[in-house]
Amino acid sequence: MSAMLAGRFWSDARHYQIAALGTLLTYNLGWLDFGARPLNSALAIGASLATQALCSRWFGVPLDLRSPLITGFSLSLLLRADEAWVHALAGAIAIGSKFVLRIDGKHIWNPAGLAIVVLLFTPAGVWISPGQWGSTVWFAALLCFFAILVLHAARRSDVAIFFLGTHAALLLARALWLGDPLEIPLHQLQSGSLLIFSFFMISDPRTTPDSRLGRFIFAASVAGLAHWLAFFMQMRPSLYVALFALSPFILLIDKVLPAPRFAWNAPSPKGVSS
Amino acid sequence: MNSKLNLRLQAGVAVTAILVALAGPAAAFCGFYVAKADSKLFNKSSKVVLARDGNSTAITMASDYQGEPKEFAVVIPVPTFIERKQIGVVEMKTIDHLDAFTAPRLVEYHDPDPCEPMMYRRGVPMAAASPGVRMADQLASVRYRGVTVEANYDVAEYDVSILSAKESDGLVNWLTDNGYRIPAGADAVLGSYIKQNMRFFVAKVNLDRMQLIGAGYLRPLQVRYETAKFMLPLRLGTVNADGPQDLIVYALTKNGRVEATNYRTVKLPSNAEIPLYVKNEFGKFYQALFDRAVEREQMRAVFVEYAWDMGWCDPCAADPMTNKELVELGVRWIDSDEAVAFRTRGSGGVNAYVTRLHVRYDAKSFPEDLVFLETRDRENFQGRYILRHPWKGEAACPAGEEYRKGLAAQFRQQADTLSQLTGWSRQEIDQRMERSGQSPKGR
Repeated sequence: MSAMLAGRFWSDARHYQIAALGTLLTYNLGWLDFGARPLNSALAIGASLATQALCSRWFGVPLDLRSPLITGFSLSLLLRADEAWVHALAGAIAIGSKFVLRIDGKHIWNPAGLAIVVLLFTPAGVWISPGQWGSTVWFAALLCFFAILVLHAARRSDVAIFFLGTHAALLLARALWLGDPLEIPLHQLQSGSLLIFSFFMISDPRTTPDSRLGRFIFAASVAGLAHWLAFFMQMRPSLYVALFALSPFILLIDKVLPAPRFAWNAPSPKGVSS
Repeated sequence: MNSKLNLRLQAGVAVTAILVALAGPAAAFCGFYVAKADSKLFNKSSKVVLARDGNSTAITMASDYQGEPKEFAVVIPVPTFIERKQIGVVEMKTIDHLDAFTAPRLVEYHDPDPCEPMMYRRGVPMAAASPGVRMADQLASVRYRGVTVEANYDVAEYDVSILSAKESDGLVNWLTDNGYRIPAGADAVLGSYIKQNMRFFVAKVNLDRMQLIGAGYLRPLQVRYETAKFMLPLRLGTVNADGPQDLIVYALTKNGRVEATNYRTVKLPSNAEIPLYVKNEFGKFYQALFDRAVEREQMRAVFVEYAWDMGWCDPCAADPMTNKELVELGVRWIDSDEAVAFRTRGSGGVNAYVTRLHVRYDAKSFPEDLVFLETRDRENFQGRYILRHPWKGEAACPAGEEYRKGLAAQFRQQADTLSQLTGWSRQEIDQRMERSGQSPKGR
């Protein structure tokens, strides 16, 4: 019985994701500093969990703290602000948006991604530190996130591969066009922010198109727009803005290319979301 | 305050030595030095001041170029066309002042009499100051294909041209024919910048004007422009480099600390207590500390040496910068250019923040140009190393006994720290400490 329970527990990819992100954050706080601070992280995670609890109660849906925990970890690892309270605000905006900004029973934007874009365009003074991981941590995280993805073959995680593939191909194509050495695109890929974005934001199964072709089109469009924003408009960080701008088109993609909707841990697709 | 607290100023010699010592072999920063003749050119370390407010950017470049002025030439990729009024020269002493003001510092404390505990103690630190063509015929139009000389300017002792190009071959030909010695391999990098729509700011020394002005040395050039690209082109400088180079960037911004977005930005170890004998070799110490930090990060990091509100300092390694000096360096958002010390004015008032970044780079470890980001982080940081002089007077009381017993442990700790920071042999450190009267063995 307990073995069955354990098996069921580890069948949910989110538990691995929580373990991986938690380890990364602990490593940051204890050993290699890449910018997360204990108080800021606690505020981001605490606010995400509290908002989920409040909203679940308010909207009368069962409480599940796993997704907000992943959002809180992602915000801790990515978002930087001088004022501690901004981290709490980020958590509240992220999770609040999930309950409020919905169409057809589905939330439109990835919670952490939305909070980052909203705060980037307000005078809250936030920034993203994409270059702080160093290559060792980057490779370890890449392997770990990739292993979780493959082991769980979550039906929709292909979007992370589609995105990373297109993004890498665009960087490589740019280097070939400029006549730059291969080291440059390889170096550009080594961003911690890119990993969190690929494995936890664009691949959030709740905010990706339902069909595989739809997911490919979506991932490639986000990579293309981000590339244009970064290299032609000099906008950094471009990934989050591109995802934010294109997320509303998921509804359209789902209409044109319909497929069963995703639900965590559901053997058969259901339309309920929390 | 207690007379035992001693405030002394150490001469600037120590850190001046550092900069010389830190200087690696090498070539150049944003551009590369090129010579008309085959003379050996050295560009040991470069200093770049970057002042940025929104998209307004001022870049001031100084290097310790020691060759013949007539052989000085520099090629710098710039993101836009540059008008005459956007170019100027800056006095070297202004950059030297900023360098001294932000330099890593050695501070000194004296332990008080352990038998006379004070109500409160405040260490008054002591500062160590700082280191610190024209195409006429048809033949030319083929040879210089795609090159447009957009403007020629006389800027103090320099002749400046702004070039745009469509092909690297034409640009290399133009530069070579005009006396800029282009190292092999530079054409690929130039080609990359051309495709990114960069222009080229090229400058040579005009000896006649230099004589007329009476300038004894080459003053740093400053270029100001509007650009969304907050970056520093390093790649050209790595083409002809025979080993890693050092670059110090002084970023002056309104809101807060500057960091690299495409490389790890790491604070150097600081606030460490080190043995007293290091006082006479602070330069050597800091060089070893920096070498070790570079090694630890596999030469893939940008190091923060200082990050502080420009309005104050503690301890001050040099006199505060004046409004005039800051404006000269491109801090044009402050509303005064008087020769008085800069002071931050209240919330919402005029702010300036300085980040001093030290990079050791080569083509392998820094393949891509440095891209920066201005954060809102205003937390202060400085490279600060502490000498703590033990109490030498009488201390015939139980507390004095305790104090003396604790000294050996304190000295051992200092030896450990020094060994960790510099990689120096522990045995040698112990011997040097013994000789200077700080016995880690407690004798």
